[in-house]
Amino acid sequence: MDALTVHRLHFAFTVTFHYLFPQLTMGLALLILVLKTMALRTGNEHYNHAARFWTKIFAVNFAMGVVTGIPMEFQFGTNWARFSKAAGGVIGQTLAMEGVFSFFLESSFLGVFLFGEKRLGPKAHWFAAFLVFLGSWLSGFFIIATDAWMQHPTGYSLGPNGEILLRSFWGLLLNPWIFWQYLHNMIGSVVTASFVMASIGAFYLLTHRQEEFGRTFVRLGVIAGTIAACLMIFPTGDGQGKNLAYMQPTTLAAMEGLFETADGAPLAILGQPDMEQRKLDNPLEVPRALSFLTYQRWGARVQGLNAFPRDRWPDNIPLLYYSYHIMVGLGTIFVGAMALAAFTLWRGTLYTQRPLLWMLMLMLPFPYIATTAGWVTAEMGRQPWLIYGIMRTPAGVSPHVSSGNAIFTLLGFMGLYTILAMLGLLLVYREIEEGPAHNAAQ
Amino acid sequence: METLWFTLVATMIALYVVLDGFDLGAGVIHLFVARNEAERRTVLASIGPVWDGNEVWLIAGGGTLYFAFPALYSSSFSGFYLPLMMVLWLLILRGIAIEFRNHLQSLVWQPLWDTVFAAASGLLAIFFGAALGNVVRGVPLDRSGEFFLPLWTNFAAGKESGILDWYTLLVAVAALFALTAHGALWVALKTEGEVHYRARAAALRVWWGVAASVVIITLASFHIQPHLKESFAERPWGYVFPLLALVGLIGMRLLDGRRQGLEAFLCSCLFLLAMLVSVAFGLYPYVLPSNGDPAFSLTIANSAAAPYGLRVGLYWFIPGILLAATYFVYTYRSFKGKVIL
Repeated sequence: MDALTVHRLHFAFTVTFHYLFPQLTMGLALLILVLKTMALRTGNEHYNHAARFWTKIFAVNFAMGVVTGIPMEFQFGTNWARFSKAAGGVIGQTLAMEGVFSFFLESSFLGVFLFGEKRLGPKAHWFAAFLVFLGSWLSGFFIIATDAWMQHPTGYSLGPNGEILLRSFWGLLLNPWIFWQYLHNMIGSVVTASFVMASIGAFYLLTHRQEEFGRTFVRLGVIAGTIAACLMIFPTGDGQGKNLAYMQPTTLAAMEGLFETADGAPLAILGQPDMEQRKLDNPLEVPRALSFLTYQRWGARVQGLNAFPRDRWPDNIPLLYYSYHIMVGLGTIFVGAMALAAFTLWRGTLYTQRPLLWMLMLMLPFPYIATTAGWVTAEMGRQPWLIYGIMRTPAGVSPHVSSGNAIFTLLGFMGLYTILAMLGLLLVYREIEEGPAHNAAQ
Repeated sequence: METLWFTLVATMIALYVVLDGFDLGAGVIHLFVARNEAERRTVLASIGPVWDGNEVWLIAGGGTLYFAFPALYSSSFSGFYLPLMMVLWLLILRGIAIEFRNHLQSLVWQPLWDTVFAAASGLLAIFFGAALGNVVRGVPLDRSGEFFLPLWTNFAAGKESGILDWYTLLVAVAALFALTAHGALWVALKTEGEVHYRARAAALRVWWGVAASVVIITLASFHIQPHLKESFAERPWGYVFPLLALVGLIGMRLLDGRRQGLEAFLCSCLFLLAMLVSVAFGLYPYVLPSNGDPAFSLTIANSAAAPYGLRVGLYWFIPGILLAATYFVYTYRSFKGKVIL
C-alpha cells in the first residue's frame, strides 16, 4: 500500500470508530435533559431514576468519545502535515475554539452532573445537565464548521506561496454549508439516541423486566425518534442535497449514479454504477424525480458526471454511491418504522404489540450504520479534494511519514480499539442487565 | 503579536504540565502508596473530578498551537510521529483505566486497571520529558521546515540521533522524578492516614532525585543548546526564572518537612512552571531549533499564522479562557479539602 492510502485509511478508521460514541452522547444529552425536565415538572422520582440509568450509559460512551477524540486533533498534524501547515491558520480557529469553549465546559460540568446530584438539588442538577448538553452541541458546531470549510471553503484568501490566509472570521463561522449540515448531523445524533432508548425499552418489555421503565423508554424513544427521523429527510436532508447541487454538482451526480446530463433526470433507487461503461447497471428508477427534488421542476436539467472532467470526479464513485443509498434507504425505513410505532403508541397498544417491540429492539444498530454511511458520503463526496477546489488529497499528506510507520500505528489503533469496543459493550450490557431500578441517587 | 501568542501557548502548555502533572504523578505512586482497595479508591478520588479537565489543557493548548503556529504544529507532530502516536495510546489506556475501574467489582478487574493506570502515567511522564528534551536539543529540519525522527539511533545527541539519546533520556528521567514528586505532594495534600504518610515519604525521597537530575540537565542543556547561553547573556533579567525554580525546589523540601502540605505543593507548581518558562525564555525566538543548519530553525516569525487570524483570535480567546478559568476555580473550590470516600 502506498503511504497516501494508509494515511487515508488511518484517518477514516479512527474517525469512524470515534464517531460511534459522540453520535449517541450528543443525542442522549438532549434526551437526558428531557427526562430531567419531566422529573422537575411532574415531581415524579421515576423520571430521575430513568435519567440516572441513562447517565450511566452516557458516562461510558462519553469516556470512549473523549479518549478516541484526542487522536483526531493530533492526526491533523501527524498524518496531514502539509494540509495543516497550509490551512491551520483557518481551521485551527474552529478547532481551538472547540477546546476553549466546549471541552472546558463539558469536562467541568460532567463531573458536577455525575457526582453532584445530592449536593446540588434538583434545579442546579438540571442546569448541570443543560450545560453538558450545551457543551456537546457546541462541540458539534465547531467540528461541523471545520468540515464545512473543507467542503466549501469561505472567508479565506490565497497567499503568495500558496498558503491559505483567513480573511473573514465571520465568513468562516457563517459558512452557508454549515446550516443544513449541522442540523442534519445533530438531529442524526437524536435519531441514534432515541432508537437506542426505544430499543432498550422494548428489550425490557419483551423480557418482562423493569416494565415501568421499559414503557417510559419506548414512549420517549418513539416520540423523539419519529420527529427526528422525519426532520432528517425534510428539511435537513433536502437542504443538504440542494447545497450539493450548487456547491458540489460533481458529487451530486456521483452519489446519484447519474452519468449523462439529462432534462428531467430520474432518481435511481437501486442499481450498480459501472465505471468502465459509464452507466448504471440494473437500474430501478423514478422518472424525473431527481430533477424535481433538486430544482423543484420535473423537467429541470441535472448535470451528469460526463459533464465534468474526469480528474474532478470523486475517486471512489461506487463506494460513494452505495453509502449514499444506504443512508437514504435506511433513513426512509426509519420514518416508516417509527411512524408505525408512533401510531400504535397513540392508539395505546404499542406496549403489548410484540412484533412491533421486536422491531424496535432490533433497530438498534441501524442508525449507527446510517450515520456512518452519511459521513462516508460527505467525505468520499469531497474527493478528490482535501479542501474543495483548493487542495487535492495527495498534496495534504505528511511527506516524511512513510507507509511502514503509518501501517504500524494503524494496526496499533485497530488492536486497541478492538479491545475498547469489547470493554465498552461489556460495561453497557452490564448496566442494561442491572437496570434502572437499582439507581438510587448518588 | 507573535510573541503574545507564543506566551499564551507556552502558558497553556505549562499549565497543562502543572495540572495534569499532579494526576500523572499520582498515577506513578498509586501502586506504592495505596495498598488496599479503600486506599486505591482514595488516591483515585483525589484526582477523579479534575483529571479530565486537566487533560483538556493539552487539547486546548494543542488547538491553540495549531491555529497560531500552524507550521510548527505540522512540522513537530509529523516529525515526532511515532512517539506522539504512543502518547495517544497511553492517554487512551489511562483514561479508560480511570473511568472503567469502578464499573465492575472483581478480584481481577481493579488490579488490572490500577496497573494500567500506573504504567501509563509513568510512561507519559517519560514521553513528555523526552519531547521537551528534543525541543531543546533541536531536530534535523530541512529547507521546508520538516523532519522525521526515528525513535533511536546511536544515542549520541548529535545530528544523527533519534528521539531518544543520552540527553533526551536524562530529561525524561528528570520529568519522571519531578512529576512523581509533584503528584506525591498532591496526594499527601488530599489524603489522611496511611496514604498521606506514604505519599509524604515518597515526596521526600523522590526530591533528591529531582534535585540531582535538575542540576545535571541544567548543565547538559547549556552544553547541548548554545542558544540558551546567548539568551540569558542578552537579557540577564531572565535569570529570575531559574532563580524562582530554585526557590520552588527548596520550598518543596523545607515546607514539606514542616507539614505545610498546600504550600509545599504550590512550591512544586512554582518549580515546574519556572523551569518551563526558563526553557521557553532560553529558546525564544526559536520554537523548534534545527540541530543542522541554524537557518532552517522554526521561529515564532516563520511559523506563525497570518496577522489577521492572530488578531481576530484574541477577541474570542481572551473571554473564552477567562470562562474556562472560572469553571476551574469553581470545580477546584467545590472539591477542596481532604478526600472523603
